Amino acid sequence: MGSFPDITTKLGDYVEQFVDFLDLSLEGFFDFIYIVSSQIINSIETALVWMPWWSFILVIFLLGWYFKSIFSGVLYSIFIFLIGTFGLWEDMMTTIAVVLTAVIISLLIGIPLGVWMAFSKGFSTVMRPILDAMQTMPSFVYLIPAIFFFGLGNISAIAATLIYALPPVIRLTELAIRGVDKEVIESAQSFGSSKWQMLRKIQLPQALPTIMAGVNQTTMMALAMVVIASMVGAQGLGEQVLVSINRIDISLGFEAGISIVFLAIIIDRVTNGIADKLQKHRRVSE
Amino acid sequence: MTTKIKLENVSKIFGAKPYSIIPMIKEGMEKNEILEKTGHTVGVYDASMEIKQGEIFVIMGLSGSGKSTLIRCFNLLNKPTHGSIFIDGEDIVNYNSSQLKQVRQKKIAMVFQHFGLFNHRTVLGNVEYGLEIRNISKEKRQEIARENIEIVGLKGYEEKYPDQLSGGMQQRVGLARALANDPDILLMDEPFSALDPLIRREMQLELLDIQERLQKTIIFITHDVNEAFKIGDRVAVMKDGKVVQVGTPEEIIEEPANDYISDFIKDIDRSKVFQAEHVMIKPNALVSMKDGLNVAVKEMEENNISSVFVVDRGRHVKGIVTIDDAITGIKEKKTLEDVLRTDISVVQRDEYVNDLIAKTLESKFPLAVVNEEEKLIGFILRVHVLSGLVSDDVNESIEYIG
Ligand SMILES: Nc1ncnc2c1ncn2[C@@H]1O[C@H](COP(=O)(O)OP(=O)(O)OP(=O)(O)O)[C@@H](O)[C@H]1O
Ligand SMILES: [Mg+2]
Repeated sequence: MGSFPDITTKLGDYVEQFVDFLDLSLEGFFDFIYIVSSQIINSIETALVWMPWWSFILVIFLLGWYFKSIFSGVLYSIFIFLIGTFGLWEDMMTTIAVVLTAVIISLLIGIPLGVWMAFSKGFSTVMRPILDAMQTMPSFVYLIPAIFFFGLGNISAIAATLIYALPPVIRLTELAIRGVDKEVIESAQSFGSSKWQMLRKIQLPQALPTIMAGVNQTTMMALAMVVIASMVGAQGLGEQVLVSINRIDISLGFEAGISIVFLAIIIDRVTNGIADKLQKHRRVSE
Repeated sequence: MTTKIKLENVSKIFGAKPYSIIPMIKEGMEKNEILEKTGHTVGVYDASMEIKQGEIFVIMGLSGSGKSTLIRCFNLLNKPTHGSIFIDGEDIVNYNSSQLKQVRQKKIAMVFQHFGLFNHRTVLGNVEYGLEIRNISKEKRQEIARENIEIVGLKGYEEKYPDQLSGGMQQRVGLARALANDPDILLMDEPFSALDPLIRREMQLELLDIQERLQKTIIFITHDVNEAFKIGDRVAVMKDGKVVQVGTPEEIIEEPANDYISDFIKDIDRSKVFQAEHVMIKPNALVSMKDGLNVAVKEMEENNISSVFVVDRGRHVKGIVTIDDAITGIKEKKTLEDVLRTDISVVQRDEYVNDLIAKTLESKFPLAVVNEEEKLIGFILRVHVLSGLVSDDVNESIEYIG
């Protein structure tokens, strides 16, 4: 039997040292992220919890109606109502808050990065493999640095979710900006637009439907992270799933699981509906 | 007329090291040879021309001859590799970015082949764009935008999106958008090529109409000879990146600079180009039967013409009086009816110029052009036919003018 010779590389150690280094040198940065994220998540959660239950259902109905159809509106309201009857109302709110926060931050970071990649070939070349790695790495791995930097709780869940869910926004933003019709760009140029006017008034609006597709993907991925993130202390529906696994509680597991599915359906359809609405007048005009 | 734009030895080379190519061309290397040896494309080579204030200057040439490359130099969407472009006497080639912005915002606007509309904005939003980026107040810019939308005949469509409009209407939006900035110069790169022939002809006439009112300097690109000769005050012909001839349509027809141009001109489909109403002139003097000879003479003298059409109350043509007949008539105390000549040729507004040639040759008088209701809408002199007449046999048309 040929066993592997006694050679070891310490790649893992190096990474650990690197993470240590980051923690020390970028402490301020991580504090900043922590504060911003907790601000966002707290305000969202407060708002959601403050809302009377029926008004939340009404909002969901209106969203479904406006962006899809009246039938969808009714269906989504029933979904939400059912989640309430499972006794998971507050958990649902927490999950929505975590997901929304992760999505908002990933847009805040992702869109500028995507725009930058669209404008700079060099930056794009550097970013591509990083984005590939971010997407292919098993999502569990992100939990470790997340805990390390932010401790247990919702914030590290958001951080892990962020890393996992960021790539689609960045990629689709780059793609969308690059894909804007050349003649449209030229015509804006020919009127003497500045770079900033061009970006704000032409490129971003033109790219918006594609960026919305990225938002849809990001949101779905964030939702998929909910259960995994509960391992680092995220509360909400994911936590309930985790609890039910530990207790082998089929009933709770199913209810929490199906609630996540309901949320996924609603979020997917509504964001798709928004993308469609935006797309309406943006066919290439010829 | 003053010179609005002057190009001096403008060249545009595409590729990694464009400047290294200039000497090669000077040595006489051909476009193909340069492409094979160096991988550089000669878009435009050594173009010099002067464009006058208020003229429609057409650039024509086959696909790939460098028309777009050249027109895009005028607003520096392409920066020339070599040469100077003077607008109102100032060389714009080395303008810095804020000077360039000024020129683009105020002096030059462009209309694109595929319209280049912002489909996330309404018609109004498109037309006001150029003013918006100049930070003109919303109220003011929308007022200007609405005026221009009306000029191009799209009143009522302000809130529509481009994809809700037909191709012809979309290009009207493109035109209104360009006009809204009140530029001196209008660049139009094959603006009507994407439209079907009927709409295209309509747009051509409308452009001429708008031009008559607004008097811009227009640079218009087309690969269609008919279009070029129809709307161009002067025409430049391009081949392989070079400008091979510049002149009025008449000059080019009379003396094609080379075989390439003669070939080009041969393409003209005479039978389908110009109709009577396109070449006619609207009468600024008309005499009615009841007016009498003295009025007729006065009209002719005032307008400096030697004959005038006579119509009845319904504007139906009755005949023509010449100045000589009228004067003798007055001496001999005759009436208008006595000296009226009725042996005139009347043609329908949609008769093709091709069919009018014989009639103008036979008739001693201008042709009277009437509409469907037989009302007089214009007249045609022999020379007018020329602009619509481009013959295979060039000599024939020269004889005809002579
Ligand atoms: N950005 C570019 N990079 C490289 N080559 C170019 C570029 N733009 C134009 N060319 C080349 O320059 C030449 C002239 O092209 P141009 O577009 O000016 O022709 P055109 O007369 O406008 O033709 P068409 O009637 O098809 O529009 C062509 O050989 C074209 O391939
Ligand atoms: Mg072209």
